[in-house]
Amino acid sequence: MNIAAEVTAAQADARAFWEGVAQAHVAPSARQIDRDSAVPEAVMAALREAGAFASGFPEAFGGPAGSQSDPVGAALAHGAMHEALGKASASVQGVVNVHHMGGSALARWGSKAQKAQWGPRLTSGETRCAIAITESEVGSDATAVRTRAVADGDGWVVNGEKAWITCGASADLFVLIAASDDGPVALLLPSDAPGLTIAPIPDMLGCRGYAMARLLLDDVRFPADALLGKPGFGVTYVASTGLDSGRYNLAWGCVGLAEACRQAALAYVQRREQFGQPIGEFQLVQQLVARMTTDIHAARLMCQSAGVARGQRAMTAAKEATMAKYFASTMVNRVAKDAQQLHGASGIGPETPLEMYFRDARIMEVIEGTTQILEIMIAKFSYQERPA
Amino acid sequence: MQDAAIKDQISEFMSHSFSGARIAHDQDIFEAGFGNSMFAMQLVNFVEVAFEIEVDSDDLDIDNFRSIDRVAALVQRKREVAAA
Repeated sequence: MNIAAEVTAAQADARAFWEGVAQAHVAPSARQIDRDSAVPEAVMAALREAGAFASGFPEAFGGPAGSQSDPVGAALAHGAMHEALGKASASVQGVVNVHHMGGSALARWGSKAQKAQWGPRLTSGETRCAIAITESEVGSDATAVRTRAVADGDGWVVNGEKAWITCGASADLFVLIAASDDGPVALLLPSDAPGLTIAPIPDMLGCRGYAMARLLLDDVRFPADALLGKPGFGVTYVASTGLDSGRYNLAWGCVGLAEACRQAALAYVQRREQFGQPIGEFQLVQQLVARMTTDIHAARLMCQSAGVARGQRAMTAAKEATMAKYFASTMVNRVAKDAQQLHGASGIGPETPLEMYFRDARIMEVIEGTTQILEIMIAKFSYQERPA
Repeated sequence: MQDAAIKDQISEFMSHSFSGARIAHDQDIFEAGFGNSMFAMQLVNFVEVAFEIEVDSDDLDIDNFRSIDRVAALVQRKREVAAA
Protein backbone atom coordinates (compact mmCIF):
# COMPACT_ATOMS: atom_id res chain seq x y z
CA MET A 1 0.00 0.00 0.00
CA ASN A 2 1.37 3.38 -0.98
CA ILE A 3 0.01 5.61 1.74
CA ALA A 4 1.49 8.76 0.28
CA ALA A 5 -0.24 8.28 -3.08
CA GLU A 6 -3.59 7.55 -1.44
CA VAL A 7 -3.31 10.49 0.91
CA THR A 8 -2.04 13.02 -1.58
CA ALA A 9 -5.00 12.52 -3.83
CA ALA A 10 -7.71 12.22 -1.25
CA GLN A 11 -6.77 14.40 1.64
CA ALA A 12 -5.14 17.58 0.45
CA ASP A 13 -8.33 19.49 -0.29
CA ALA A 14 -10.02 18.24 2.86
CA ARG A 15 -7.06 19.25 5.00
CA ALA A 16 -7.05 22.76 3.59
CA PHE A 17 -10.79 23.11 3.96
CA TRP A 18 -11.02 21.89 7.55
CA GLU A 19 -7.91 23.75 8.62
CA GLY A 20 -9.58 26.93 7.34
CA VAL A 21 -12.85 26.20 9.13
CA ALA A 22 -11.19 25.21 12.38
CA GLN A 23 -8.79 28.13 12.54
CA ALA A 24 -11.46 30.67 11.57
CA HIS A 25 -14.34 29.45 13.70
CA VAL A 26 -13.01 27.19 16.44
CA ALA A 27 -9.48 28.17 17.46
CA PRO A 28 -10.39 31.74 18.49
CA SER A 29 -12.85 30.32 21.05
CA ALA A 30 -10.63 27.56 22.44
CA ARG A 31 -9.63 29.36 25.65
CA GLN A 32 -13.18 30.56 26.23
CA ILE A 33 -14.46 27.00 25.81
CA ASP A 34 -11.94 25.86 28.41
CA ARG A 35 -12.96 28.62 30.81
CA ASP A 36 -16.73 28.27 30.34
CA SER A 37 -16.83 24.48 29.97
CA ALA A 38 -19.16 24.94 27.01
CA VAL A 39 -18.89 25.31 23.26
CA PRO A 40 -20.51 28.55 22.02
CA GLU A 41 -23.50 28.15 19.73
CA ALA A 42 -21.71 30.21 17.07
CA VAL A 43 -18.99 27.55 16.90
CA MET A 44 -21.55 24.78 16.59
CA ALA A 45 -23.38 26.73 13.89
CA ALA A 46 -20.18 27.15 11.90
CA LEU A 47 -19.48 23.43 12.17
CA ARG A 48 -23.01 22.58 11.04
CA GLU A 49 -22.61 24.92 8.09
CA ALA A 50 -19.30 23.33 7.14
CA GLY A 51 -20.75 19.81 7.28
CA ALA A 52 -18.82 18.55 10.30
CA PHE A 53 -21.77 16.56 11.60
CA ALA A 54 -22.23 14.74 8.30
CA SER A 55 -18.57 13.84 7.83
CA GLY A 56 -17.77 10.18 8.27
CA PHE A 57 -21.32 8.90 7.81
CA PRO A 58 -22.46 6.72 4.90
CA GLU A 59 -23.90 8.62 1.99
CA ALA A 60 -27.24 6.83 2.37
CA PHE A 61 -27.48 8.07 5.96
CA GLY A 62 -26.84 11.64 4.88
CA GLY A 63 -23.05 11.60 4.76
CA PRO A 64 -20.94 13.54 2.26
CA ALA A 65 -21.60 13.04 -1.42
CA GLY A 66 -19.05 10.78 -3.05
CA SER A 67 -18.16 8.87 0.08
CA GLN A 68 -19.67 5.66 -1.27
CA SER A 69 -17.64 5.79 -4.49
CA ASP A 70 -14.45 6.86 -2.70
CA PRO A 71 -14.56 5.37 0.80
CA VAL A 72 -10.82 5.73 1.34
CA GLY A 73 -10.97 9.40 0.44
CA ALA A 74 -13.96 9.83 2.74
CA ALA A 75 -12.19 8.15 5.65
CA LEU A 76 -9.09 10.28 5.15
CA ALA A 77 -11.12 13.47 4.75
CA HIS A 78 -12.93 12.63 7.97
CA GLY A 79 -9.57 12.15 9.65
CA ALA A 80 -8.36 15.47 8.29
CA MET A 81 -11.36 17.15 9.87
CA HIS A 82 -10.60 15.62 13.27
CA GLU A 83 -6.95 16.61 13.02
CA ALA A 84 -7.90 20.20 12.21
CA LEU A 85 -10.45 20.31 15.04
CA GLY A 86 -8.01 18.74 17.49
CA LYS A 87 -5.45 21.38 16.61
CA ALA A 88 -7.98 24.17 17.13
CA SER A 89 -9.70 22.82 20.24
CA ALA A 90 -9.52 19.34 21.73
CA SER A 91 -12.88 19.99 23.35
CA VAL A 92 -14.60 20.66 20.05
CA GLN A 93 -12.94 17.67 18.43
CA GLY A 94 -14.38 15.52 21.20
CA VAL A 95 -17.87 16.95 20.82
CA VAL A 96 -17.87 16.07 17.12
CA ASN A 97 -16.29 12.72 17.89
CA VAL A 98 -19.00 11.50 20.26
CA HIS A 99 -21.67 12.70 17.84
CA HIS A 100 -20.06 10.43 15.29
CA MET A 101 -19.63 7.56 17.74
CA GLY A 102 -23.30 7.42 18.62
CA GLY A 103 -24.35 8.23 15.10
CA SER A 104 -22.17 5.58 13.49
CA ALA A 105 -23.66 2.93 15.78
CA LEU A 106 -27.10 4.09 14.68
CA ALA A 107 -26.12 4.25 11.02
CA ARG A 108 -24.67 0.74 11.19
CA TRP A 109 -27.24 -1.11 13.28
CA GLY A 110 -30.38 1.00 13.10
CA SER A 111 -33.53 -0.26 11.41
CA LYS A 112 -34.63 1.38 8.18
CA ALA A 113 -37.16 3.43 10.15
CA GLN A 114 -34.54 4.53 12.70
CA LYS A 115 -32.12 5.53 9.97
CA ALA A 116 -34.84 7.46 8.14
CA GLN A 117 -35.88 9.20 11.35
CA TRP A 118 -32.46 10.14 12.66
CA GLY A 119 -30.11 10.20 9.66
CA PRO A 120 -31.10 13.63 8.32
CA ARG A 121 -31.21 15.15 11.81
CA LEU A 122 -27.85 13.81 12.83
CA THR A 123 -26.01 14.61 9.63
CA SER A 124 -27.37 18.14 9.54
CA GLY A 125 -26.33 18.66 13.15
CA GLU A 126 -29.89 19.53 14.10
CA THR A 127 -29.72 16.64 16.57
CA ARG A 128 -26.47 16.08 18.43
CA CYS A 129 -25.71 12.55 19.43
CA ALA A 130 -23.60 10.92 22.14
CA ILE A 131 -23.01 7.45 23.49
CA ALA A 132 -23.66 6.46 27.09
CA ILE A 133 -21.73 3.40 28.20
CA THR A 134 -19.62 4.32 31.23
CA GLU A 135 -20.85 4.11 34.81
CA SER A 136 -19.19 5.06 38.06
CA GLU A 137 -18.26 1.42 38.69
CA VAL A 138 -18.02 0.27 35.08
CA GLY A 139 -15.53 1.56 32.58
CA SER A 140 -13.50 -0.76 30.39
CA ASP A 141 -15.74 -3.80 30.94
CA ALA A 142 -18.82 -2.54 29.15
CA THR A 143 -20.56 -5.89 29.44
CA ALA A 144 -20.81 -5.34 33.22
CA VAL A 145 -23.04 -2.26 33.11
CA ARG A 146 -25.51 -2.06 35.98
CA THR A 147 -28.05 0.22 34.35
CA ARG A 148 -30.89 -2.20 33.82
CA ALA A 149 -33.50 -2.44 31.10
CA VAL A 150 -36.58 -4.50 31.95
CA ALA A 151 -39.00 -5.55 29.24
CA ASP A 152 -42.36 -3.89 29.77
CA GLY A 153 -45.10 -4.67 27.31
CA ASP A 154 -43.46 -4.25 23.92
CA GLY A 155 -40.99 -1.69 25.26
CA TRP A 156 -38.54 -1.24 28.10
CA VAL A 157 -38.24 0.46 31.45
CA VAL A 158 -34.73 1.49 32.43
CA ASN A 159 -33.22 2.42 35.77
CA GLY A 160 -29.63 3.25 36.57
CA GLU A 161 -26.92 5.85 36.31
CA LYS A 162 -24.34 6.67 33.67
CA ALA A 163 -21.23 8.67 34.51
CA TRP A 164 -18.64 10.73 32.65
CA ILE A 165 -20.74 10.91 29.51
CA THR A 166 -19.12 13.23 27.01
CA CYS A 167 -21.72 15.76 25.85
CA GLY A 168 -24.03 14.42 28.53
CA ALA A 169 -25.13 17.98 29.20
CA SER A 170 -25.36 19.06 25.57
CA ALA A 171 -26.43 16.12 23.37
CA ASP A 172 -30.01 15.64 22.21
CA LEU A 173 -29.88 11.89 21.72
CA PHE A 174 -27.92 9.13 23.46
CA VAL A 175 -27.13 5.60 22.43
CA LEU A 176 -27.57 4.08 25.86
CA ILE A 177 -26.10 0.71 26.82
CA ALA A 178 -27.97 -1.21 29.52
CA ALA A 179 -28.11 -4.75 30.86
CA SER A 180 -31.19 -6.89 30.32
CA ASP A 181 -32.25 -10.48 30.91
CA ASP A 182 -31.25 -11.18 27.31
CA GLY A 183 -27.84 -9.53 27.56
CA PRO A 184 -26.69 -5.98 26.85
CA VAL A 185 -29.12 -3.78 24.92
CA ALA A 186 -28.61 -0.48 23.11
CA LEU A 187 -31.48 1.97 23.32
CA LEU A 188 -32.05 5.38 21.77
CA LEU A 189 -32.58 7.86 24.59
CA PRO A 190 -33.73 11.43 23.83
CA SER A 191 -32.35 13.96 26.29
CA ASP A 192 -35.86 15.15 27.16
CA ALA A 193 -37.18 11.70 28.09
CA PRO A 194 -39.37 11.77 31.22
CA GLY A 195 -37.48 10.27 34.15
CA LEU A 196 -34.06 11.29 32.85
CA THR A 197 -32.06 13.73 34.97
CA ILE A 198 -28.84 15.16 33.59
CA ALA A 199 -26.26 16.26 36.16
CA PRO A 200 -23.28 18.16 34.72
CA ILE A 201 -19.83 17.26 36.08
CA PRO A 202 -17.86 20.49 36.58
CA ASP A 203 -14.14 21.08 36.99
CA MET A 204 -12.82 18.30 34.77
CA LEU A 205 -9.04 18.29 34.37
CA GLY A 206 -9.13 18.97 30.63
CA CYS A 207 -11.36 19.02 27.56
CA ARG A 208 -13.81 21.02 29.61
CA GLY A 209 -15.97 21.74 26.58
CA TYR A 210 -16.99 18.08 26.59
CA ALA A 211 -19.91 19.05 28.87
CA MET A 212 -19.42 15.85 30.84
CA ALA A 213 -22.46 14.73 32.80
CA ARG A 214 -24.06 11.94 34.74
CA LEU A 215 -27.32 10.56 33.38
CA LEU A 216 -29.74 9.39 36.05
CA LEU A 217 -32.50 7.17 34.77
CA ASP A 218 -35.54 6.69 36.99
CA ASP A 219 -38.14 4.46 35.38
CA VAL A 220 -37.40 5.86 31.94
CA ARG A 221 -39.73 4.21 29.46
CA PHE A 222 -38.59 3.28 25.98
CA PRO A 223 -40.90 2.24 23.14
CA ALA A 224 -40.04 -0.94 21.26
CA ASP A 225 -38.65 1.04 18.34
CA ALA A 226 -36.00 2.61 20.59
CA LEU A 227 -34.07 -0.66 20.53
CA LEU A 228 -30.93 -0.48 18.41
CA GLY A 229 -29.94 -3.87 17.04
CA LYS A 230 -31.17 -6.76 19.12
CA PRO A 231 -31.00 -7.71 22.80
CA GLY A 232 -27.66 -9.30 23.60
CA PHE A 233 -25.77 -7.36 20.94
CA GLY A 234 -25.66 -3.95 22.58
CA VAL A 235 -21.99 -4.11 23.45
CA THR A 236 -20.46 -6.59 21.02
CA TYR A 237 -21.86 -4.92 17.94
CA VAL A 238 -23.52 -1.58 18.68
CA ALA A 239 -21.13 -0.10 21.26
CA SER A 240 -18.14 -1.65 19.50
CA THR A 241 -19.07 0.13 16.28
CA GLY A 242 -19.16 3.45 18.11
CA LEU A 243 -15.92 2.82 19.96
CA ASP A 244 -14.12 1.78 16.79
CA SER A 245 -15.14 5.06 15.15
CA GLY A 246 -14.17 6.95 18.28
CA ARG A 247 -10.68 5.51 18.34
CA TYR A 248 -10.09 6.40 14.72
CA ASN A 249 -11.39 9.94 15.20
CA LEU A 250 -9.56 10.51 18.45
CA ALA A 251 -6.24 9.33 17.05
CA TRP A 252 -6.50 12.09 14.47
CA GLY A 253 -7.57 14.56 17.12
CA CYS A 254 -4.44 13.73 19.09
CA VAL A 255 -2.29 14.44 16.04
CA GLY A 256 -3.97 17.83 15.76
CA LEU A 257 -3.50 18.68 19.41
CA ALA A 258 0.14 17.61 19.24
CA GLU A 259 0.64 19.75 16.16
CA ALA A 260 -0.74 22.75 18.04
CA CYS A 261 1.79 22.08 20.80
CA ARG A 262 4.59 21.71 18.30
CA GLN A 263 3.79 24.88 16.40
CA ALA A 264 3.66 26.85 19.63
CA ALA A 265 7.00 25.37 20.65
CA LEU A 266 8.63 26.08 17.28
CA ALA A 267 7.57 29.71 17.39
CA TYR A 268 8.73 30.09 20.97
CA VAL A 269 12.18 28.51 20.71
CA GLN A 270 13.02 30.61 17.66
CA ARG A 271 11.89 33.80 19.37
CA ARG A 272 13.01 33.34 22.95
CA GLU A 273 16.65 34.32 23.50
CA GLN A 274 18.97 33.24 26.30
CA PHE A 275 22.74 33.55 26.51
CA GLY A 276 22.65 35.80 23.46
CA GLN A 277 20.88 33.49 21.05
CA PRO A 278 17.49 31.89 20.38
CA ILE A 279 17.06 28.87 22.62
CA GLY A 280 16.29 26.84 19.51
CA GLU A 281 20.03 26.93 18.76
CA PHE A 282 20.77 24.79 21.81
CA GLN A 283 21.12 21.12 21.04
CA LEU A 284 19.10 19.92 24.01
CA VAL A 285 16.21 22.05 22.76
CA GLN A 286 16.73 20.69 19.25
CA GLN A 287 16.49 17.19 20.68
CA LEU A 288 13.01 17.89 22.02
CA VAL A 289 11.96 19.52 18.75
CA ALA A 290 13.26 16.53 16.80
CA ARG A 291 11.42 14.08 19.03
CA MET A 292 8.09 15.85 18.78
CA THR A 293 8.34 16.37 15.04
CA THR A 294 9.16 12.70 14.48
CA ASP A 295 6.53 11.54 16.95
CA ILE A 296 3.78 13.52 15.24
CA HIS A 297 4.82 12.36 11.80
CA ALA A 298 4.73 8.73 12.94
CA ALA A 299 1.30 9.15 14.50
CA ARG A 300 -0.08 10.85 11.40
CA LEU A 301 1.21 8.02 9.22
CA MET A 302 -0.48 5.51 11.50
CA CYS A 303 -3.72 7.47 11.24
CA GLN A 304 -3.44 7.60 7.47
CA SER A 305 -2.79 3.88 7.30
CA ALA A 306 -5.78 3.28 9.58
CA GLY A 307 -7.86 5.51 7.31
CA VAL A 308 -6.92 3.59 4.20
CA ALA A 309 -7.70 0.31 5.98
CA ARG A 310 -11.00 1.73 7.17
CA GLY A 311 -11.97 2.93 3.71
CA GLN A 312 -10.99 -0.37 2.16
CA ARG A 313 -12.75 -2.29 4.94
CA ALA A 314 -9.57 -4.26 5.40
CA MET A 315 -9.51 -6.96 8.06
CA THR A 316 -6.82 -4.97 9.84
CA ALA A 317 -8.97 -1.83 10.12
CA ALA A 318 -9.99 -2.24 13.78
CA LYS A 319 -6.46 -3.19 14.79
CA GLU A 320 -5.01 -0.20 12.96
CA ALA A 321 -7.49 2.21 14.53
CA THR A 322 -6.69 0.78 17.95
CA MET A 323 -2.94 1.08 17.41
CA ALA A 324 -3.28 4.58 16.00
CA LYS A 325 -5.28 5.73 19.03
CA TYR A 326 -2.87 4.01 21.39
CA PHE A 327 0.19 5.57 19.82
CA ALA A 328 -1.29 9.00 19.16
CA SER A 329 -2.74 9.42 22.66
CA THR A 330 0.52 8.54 24.35
CA MET A 331 2.43 10.60 21.78
CA VAL A 332 0.41 13.75 22.45
CA ASN A 333 1.25 13.51 26.14
CA ARG A 334 4.96 13.38 25.35
CA VAL A 335 4.65 16.29 22.95
CA ALA A 336 2.51 18.42 25.25
CA LYS A 337 4.95 17.85 28.10
CA ASP A 338 7.98 18.72 25.97
CA ALA A 339 6.31 21.77 24.44
CA GLN A 340 5.42 22.98 27.90
CA GLN A 341 8.97 22.35 29.08
CA LEU A 342 10.36 24.37 26.18
CA HIS A 343 8.17 27.29 27.20
CA GLY A 344 9.62 27.34 30.69
CA ALA A 345 7.58 29.40 33.13
CA SER A 346 5.27 30.73 30.43
CA GLY A 347 4.24 27.16 29.69
CA ILE A 348 2.67 26.77 33.10
CA GLY A 349 1.00 30.16 33.26
CA PRO A 350 -2.18 31.56 31.75
CA GLU A 351 -0.55 33.62 29.00
CA THR A 352 -0.03 30.68 26.65
CA PRO A 353 -2.36 27.79 25.79
CA LEU A 354 0.30 25.25 26.80
CA GLU A 355 -1.24 24.51 30.17
CA MET A 356 -4.59 23.87 28.47
CA TYR A 357 -2.94 21.62 25.89
CA PHE A 358 -1.25 19.69 28.69
CA ARG A 359 -4.53 19.16 30.57
CA ASP A 360 -6.38 18.25 27.37
CA ALA A 361 -3.69 15.74 26.43
CA ARG A 362 -4.19 13.82 29.66
CA ILE A 363 -7.81 13.09 28.69
CA MET A 364 -6.72 11.37 25.50
CA GLU A 365 -5.23 8.38 27.31
CA VAL A 366 -8.43 7.77 29.25
CA ILE A 367 -11.33 8.00 26.80
CA GLU A 368 -12.33 5.57 24.04
CA GLY A 369 -10.28 2.88 25.77
CA THR A 370 -7.57 3.57 28.28
CA THR A 371 -3.99 3.07 27.20
CA GLN A 372 -3.88 -0.13 29.19
CA ILE A 373 -7.07 -1.58 27.67
CA LEU A 374 -5.78 -0.74 24.21
CA GLU A 375 -2.55 -2.58 25.00
CA ILE A 376 -4.58 -5.66 25.87
CA MET A 377 -6.56 -5.33 22.65
CA ILE A 378 -3.46 -4.90 20.51
CA ALA A 379 -1.92 -7.95 22.13
CA LYS A 380 -5.06 -9.97 21.37
CA PHE A 381 -5.03 -8.75 17.77
CA SER A 382 -1.42 -9.88 17.64
CA TYR A 383 -2.25 -13.32 18.98
CA GLN A 384 -4.67 -13.77 16.09
CA GLU A 385 -1.80 -13.69 13.63
CA ARG A 386 -0.83 -16.97 12.10
CA PRO A 387 2.59 -18.15 13.30
CA ALA A 388 5.32 -17.70 10.69
CA MET B 1 -20.55 -19.33 -5.57
CA GLN B 2 -21.09 -22.86 -4.31
CA ASP B 3 -21.73 -23.68 -0.68
CA ALA B 4 -18.42 -25.53 -0.38
CA ALA B 5 -16.48 -22.55 -1.70
CA ILE B 6 -18.21 -20.23 0.77
CA LYS B 7 -17.39 -22.55 3.64
CA ASP B 8 -13.78 -22.81 2.52
CA GLN B 9 -13.41 -19.03 2.55
CA ILE B 10 -15.00 -18.73 5.97
CA SER B 11 -12.84 -21.57 7.24
CA GLU B 12 -9.72 -19.89 5.92
CA PHE B 13 -10.71 -16.60 7.56
CA MET B 14 -11.42 -18.22 10.91
CA SER B 15 -8.24 -20.22 10.81
CA HIS B 16 -6.32 -17.06 10.01
CA SER B 17 -8.05 -15.26 12.88
CA PHE B 18 -7.23 -17.97 15.40
CA SER B 19 -3.50 -18.42 14.91
CA GLY B 20 -3.94 -21.09 12.25
CA ALA B 21 -6.27 -23.30 14.30
CA ARG B 22 -8.22 -25.94 12.39
CA ILE B 23 -11.95 -25.56 12.94
CA ALA B 24 -14.52 -28.13 11.89
CA HIS B 25 -17.37 -26.74 9.83
CA ASP B 26 -19.95 -27.68 12.45
CA GLN B 27 -17.83 -26.73 15.47
CA ASP B 28 -19.37 -24.15 17.81
CA ILE B 29 -16.68 -21.47 17.86
CA PHE B 30 -18.08 -19.81 20.96
CA GLU B 31 -18.20 -23.04 22.98
CA ALA B 32 -14.68 -23.77 21.77
CA GLY B 33 -13.54 -20.43 23.14
CA PHE B 34 -12.59 -18.91 19.81
CA GLY B 35 -15.25 -16.23 19.61
CA ASN B 36 -14.91 -12.91 21.40
CA SER B 37 -16.25 -9.41 20.93
CA MET B 38 -13.31 -8.33 18.79
CA PHE B 39 -13.74 -11.31 16.49
CA ALA B 40 -17.51 -10.81 16.25
CA MET B 41 -17.13 -7.52 14.39
CA GLN B 42 -14.25 -8.85 12.30
CA LEU B 43 -16.43 -11.74 11.19
CA VAL B 44 -19.27 -9.44 10.15
CA ASN B 45 -16.83 -7.25 8.25
CA PHE B 46 -15.35 -10.30 6.55
CA VAL B 47 -18.60 -11.81 5.31
CA GLU B 48 -19.83 -8.44 4.07
CA VAL B 49 -16.68 -7.75 2.08
CA ALA B 50 -15.94 -11.28 0.90
CA PHE B 51 -19.48 -12.15 -0.19
CA GLU B 52 -20.82 -8.69 -1.00
CA ILE B 53 -23.75 -8.90 1.37
CA GLU B 54 -24.98 -6.53 4.05
CA VAL B 55 -25.44 -7.87 7.55
CA ASP B 56 -28.10 -5.78 9.26
CA SER B 57 -29.77 -5.66 12.62
CA ASP B 58 -32.27 -8.38 11.61
CA ASP B 59 -29.36 -10.78 11.23
CA LEU B 60 -28.13 -10.23 14.78
CA ASP B 61 -28.71 -13.74 16.04
CA ILE B 62 -25.88 -15.58 17.70
CA ASP B 63 -26.91 -18.74 15.88
CA ASN B 64 -26.01 -17.06 12.59
CA PHE B 65 -22.39 -16.81 13.68
CA ARG B 66 -21.95 -19.95 15.77
CA SER B 67 -20.11 -22.12 13.24
CA ILE B 68 -18.73 -22.13 9.72
CA ASP B 69 -21.86 -23.96 8.58
CA ARG B 70 -24.15 -21.37 10.17
CA VAL B 71 -22.25 -18.41 8.75
CA ALA B 72 -22.32 -20.01 5.31
CA ALA B 73 -26.07 -20.50 5.62
CA LEU B 74 -26.48 -16.82 6.49
CA VAL B 75 -24.41 -15.84 3.48
CA GLN B 76 -26.47 -18.06 1.18
CA ARG B 77 -29.74 -16.66 2.52
CA LYS B 78 -28.59 -13.08 2.08
CA ARG B 79 -27.35 -13.75 -1.44
CA GLU B 80 -30.61 -15.43 -2.40
CA VAL B 81 -32.61 -12.48 -1.07
CA ALA B 82 -30.38 -10.03 -2.92
CA ALA B 83 -30.70 -12.00 -6.16
CA ALA B 84 -34.49 -12.29 -5.92
